[in-house]
This record gives sequence, C-alpha cells and structure tokens, in this order.
Amino acid sequence: MEAGTLARTEPSAFERLSRAVRASPGRTALVIIALVALWLILDYGLQAWGQRTVNGLVSGSYFALGAVGLTLVYGILRLVNFAHGDMLTFGVYIAFLVSVTLGAPFAIGVLAGVVATAALGVTFERVLFRPMRDARARMLQLLLVTIGLAFVLRNAIQFVAGPDVKRLDVNVTSTIEFLGLRIGTTELVVMLIGFAVLALIALMLRYTTLGKQMRALSDNFELAETTGIDTDRIVIATWIFAGGLAGLAGGMLGAATGVITPNIGFFILLSLFASVILGGIGNAYGALAGGLILGLSQEWSTLLIDARWKTAVGFAILIIVLIFRPQGVFGRERTL
Amino acid sequence: MTSLAFTPLAISFDIFTSWDFWIAVGVLAGIYGIFTLGLQLNVGFTGVINFGQAGFMAIGAYGMGVLVVEAGWPFGWALLGSVVLAVAAGLFIGLPSLRLRADYFAIVTIAFAEIVRFTAQNARELTGGNLGLRQFDAAWVDFANPLARDLADLGLESDRPDLLPLLILTWIVFMLLIFLLTRLQHTPWGRVIRAVREDEDAARALGKNPFLYKLQSLALAAAIGAVAGHLLALQLIQLNPDSFQPLFTFIGYTILVLGGLASYLGVALGTLILWTLLEATRFVDLPLSGDKVAALRFMIVGVILILIMRFRPQGILGKREEMQLGD
Repeated sequence: MEAGTLARTEPSAFERLSRAVRASPGRTALVIIALVALWLILDYGLQAWGQRTVNGLVSGSYFALGAVGLTLVYGILRLVNFAHGDMLTFGVYIAFLVSVTLGAPFAIGVLAGVVATAALGVTFERVLFRPMRDARARMLQLLLVTIGLAFVLRNAIQFVAGPDVKRLDVNVTSTIEFLGLRIGTTELVVMLIGFAVLALIALMLRYTTLGKQMRALSDNFELAETTGIDTDRIVIATWIFAGGLAGLAGGMLGAATGVITPNIGFFILLSLFASVILGGIGNAYGALAGGLILGLSQEWSTLLIDARWKTAVGFAILIIVLIFRPQGVFGRERTL
Repeated sequence: MTSLAFTPLAISFDIFTSWDFWIAVGVLAGIYGIFTLGLQLNVGFTGVINFGQAGFMAIGAYGMGVLVVEAGWPFGWALLGSVVLAVAAGLFIGLPSLRLRADYFAIVTIAFAEIVRFTAQNARELTGGNLGLRQFDAAWVDFANPLARDLADLGLESDRPDLLPLLILTWIVFMLLIFLLTRLQHTPWGRVIRAVREDEDAARALGKNPFLYKLQSLALAAAIGAVAGHLLALQLIQLNPDSFQPLFTFIGYTILVLGGLASYLGVALGTLILWTLLEATRFVDLPLSGDKVAALRFMIVGVILILIMRFRPQGILGKREEMQLGD
C-alpha cells in the first residue's frame, strides 16, 4: 500500500476520535472520568462510590493546595522543588507547636504555619535560589539543592520534635452522616476550607494583576520581563504564595489524619508531582484540577484493588500521563 | 543549634578499636559506590538524569531472593536472572520516557522506583512484604564460611563471620567495575555517549541515534544497580522494602557530586568521604540522644549536597568542562 493513497482516504472513526481528543483534552478527561464514575456506580452501588468520592475530595483538596505552589514555582523559576513536601511538614509542625505546645486554638496554629512557611520560602529564594540563578546554575544543580534542602528541613524537624508520632489537637472521632455517607467533622471542615481557598486562588490568578503577571511569567519569563513586569517582585510573591499554600496544605493534611510525623509531607510529595503533571507543569488551574482528580482516582481505586495499593495508583497515573501526554491533561500542545 | 558547633566535642577512642563496625561501614561504602557507578554512567557520562536507581537495585535484590526462595533456582542463575530482570525494567521504563525532558525523566524514574518498592511491600505472597524475605543466601554462606576461617587463621576475624569475605568481594567487584567502566569510556561506544551528553544534534548529524545510546546506558546502569542489590541483600540477610527508599538514590547523588561528575574514581573517593563523615559522627560524644544524632547525620548529607551544588558543582575530581547538568 502506498502512503499517497492512504492520505487521500476518508478519515476513519478512530482518526476522527483521536483528532477530537487532541483538540480538547480537558473535555476528554472529564468524559473519561464521568464514564469511570458511572461504571463504578453501576458495579459497586451509589453508596460505596459516594463514600470513596467524599474521601477522595478530602485528600484531593490538600493535594490541590500543595500542588498549586509546586507548579507555580516550577513554571516561574523552572525549579523542580523536592523540598516542597517537607515545606508542608514544616507548616504542620509550626501548627503543632503553636496549638499543642503553646495552647493556642488549632486555627491560629495553622495560620502561624502558613505565615512561617511563606517566610521559609522567601528565605530559600533569597539565600539560595536567587544567587544560584544569578550564577547560571543548571537544572540538575538546582534540583539537587532542593533535595539537600529537603534533607536538612526534614531532619531539622526530626531533630527538634523527635521522630515519634505527634497527635494534633483536632477532633477525629465525631462524624456527620448525610445521605448514608459518613464524613469526619474535621474532614468536612478541611474540604470546605480547601475548596474555598482553591476558588479564591483561581479568582486571584484570573482577575488580579498579580495573578496575571504570575501566569505571564510562568508562560514565558523573558517575554514577560520585556513587557516591564517587575520580575523580582513576582518571584518573591510566588514564594510567599507557594510557601503559604504549602503551610496550609500541611495543616489540612495534619487535621484530616489527626497525627503527624516528620515524614508526612515527603510521603505525599510524589502525589503532589502527579497532580502537577496531570494538570500540566506550570499550569496553576491544571494543578487544582489535577489534585482533585488524583484524590478521586486514588480513592476510587480502592473499589477495584486493595487499599494498600492506592498510593502506587497515583504514581502509575503520573508515569502514564508523562509518557502519553507530557504537557498534562489540561496543558496546551507543545514540544517538550 | 549554632551553640552546638561551639560545644567542645570529646572524641571517644572507640573509633580505633571497633574493627567490626568499620568492616560493616566498608561493606556499605562499597555497595553504595557500586550503586553510584551506575549513576555516574548515566548522569556524568551520558547526561541521563536517572533517579530510579534504587528501583533497579530493588529488582536485583528481590529478583534474586524470589528466584531462590520461591522458584528454587540455583543461586548463580538467580543472580543472572535478576540482572536480566533489571535490564528489562530499564528498557521498559526508558523506551517510552527517555524522549522526555531531563526534569520529567527524573520524576518518571523516581515514581518507577517507588512503584517497585510498593510492589515489594504489597505483593506479600512473593516478597514477604514488610515481614521480609530470608534464606536466599545459603550458597553464599557455604562459600564464605571456609574463607572466613582461613582469614581467621591469619588473625582477621569479625563477629559476623561472612562480613569480612563480603567486604573483600564488594570491593573487588567495585574496583573491577571501575576498571571496566573506565575502559568502556575509551571505546567508540564510550565516546559516543559523551557526544550525546554534549550535543545530541551533533551526535545525530554523525549518524548516531542518541536515543539508542541513552537507552543502552540506562540498561547498563540498571544491571550495575542490580549487582549492588545482590551485595546489599547479602549484607542485610533479610530483605525489607524499607531498604529501598528513594533516600538510597539521593545518597547516591551526594556521593556522585562529592567525588565529581564524569569520573569513576571520583565515585570511590566520594563514597569513602561520605561514609567516613557519616559514621565518624557516631564516635563523637555529643550530648544528644540517638534519634537526634541520626537526624544530624542526614542533615550533614543535605548540607554537603547544597554546598557542593552551590559552590563547586563539578565536585572534587570532576572537570568543569565535562559537566553537563541538564538544560
């Protein structure tokens, strides 16, 4: 068969489908998710599916919060931050220090965690990343520095607080029943706050000047710089944002589980990367959606296979997306 | 914490007498060295940012263990079989993902290594899960014990009889691999992978397919990782998934950049320096609990990584002009 004759034939159904998928990958992803949901409902019942969905939205909300900061730092600074998970840990340990050790209400503790982690992010930028960028440091150099930072941060926390499990002052026993679905009161609060903050971030990125400038820098740093954006200011704002959200995500993660260890953030780092990659690296809206999708997929997978595999499901999604669509489900087509 | 640095530190003299302890450290330093040779081949010579080396090591160790214990293979065949498995895994993960940008590839490979570890943890019927896998090393013990007796006659003894033979074996393998890999670097193949590292387009213009060379480099590193896994299995006696955390790969990178990129001898230097630094802290009488000392040791690893990358990214023996650190 000659190539020429092939090209002239009518596009087959498969070709048309693949073209449609390529044209709007986000919509395709939503269709696939809806189909999977429908299949799970029909096979396992609405109640079982609903319970997993609720659980998935809880974990999805702190995945999304953690992932937004990670993706912004990547998009704007081209920095793969392996210390991001440990920034979550830092946030929740500050919350522990303020609320349990010093006796303040838990909400104040989380707020202190947000502020302290934002300050930590700015410190990293000023002491390490800016001088390194000025010295034209390469990708691997920066990446290994973040791994070093992760080691220092995690073990400094362990040095001060000890390696043992700490109990946060949150109520993990009271639950609310609604339509036969059970959710912990604290988990519900975590989910609601998570969604509220996610909505605020989306609005901020869409409508404020700062948000627009951040997206512009993430899209094309040099081009944005030539339009007169004060890149230095935006970079600092990005770190404040990324750090603060990491601190908040850490507080939520701690509240949802009730107990913390110095490894808590590092354990979900790859899930955060998976969320980021699902949404397309550097795409903040994508990371929000990616976090929720990841939370849902991990919980839904427990209907099909043993729950002990659910973290691995997240990693498998990460690999599959990177191999078949490295620009992410919501990212634009471009060469990588 | 700063006050700590000014506390006068008493150094205990155990450091000179605990022979058994240093044998164990020497075994670990050798195993980490072999492990890091694979990273050197990938990162230092080919420009492939492999973060999944702990996964290949786990496949080597668990592959061998499962083939001996569950499938009843002879020890030698199990060693060979698990190297084949690791190479297959390297091809399997490299084929679809080596075309990705370097930072994406790093994330894919770390996720791959974590999947391997989760599988070791959760496929309990095969691997024993967190309870561990034992009794794969009868052939080694049979071989090592007479050797240990001969060494004891010479006055060289250790509490665990097979540890001294393992130390010798590990360092023979390590040195042999350094020799072979250095030779490999002077073959046409070795020159092509360096060309790929420097400029893929130029290599392509000369009719070489960079992708194939990167894939071969990754497969070879996977085989080296599997060998490190075999030796680690013999050292551990019992395999646990926790021994194959990404931490292992991160420490490998610390050794790599400490010794220097694009230098196999640098790996030997790096592993000796790092392990001396890490273990010497055990003999400094700090007024601290064991947990705190453990945390402090890993903080040292982190600080070393940061300082080298900040101030001397080519490491001790690395050459600046040979340094390719991703785009």
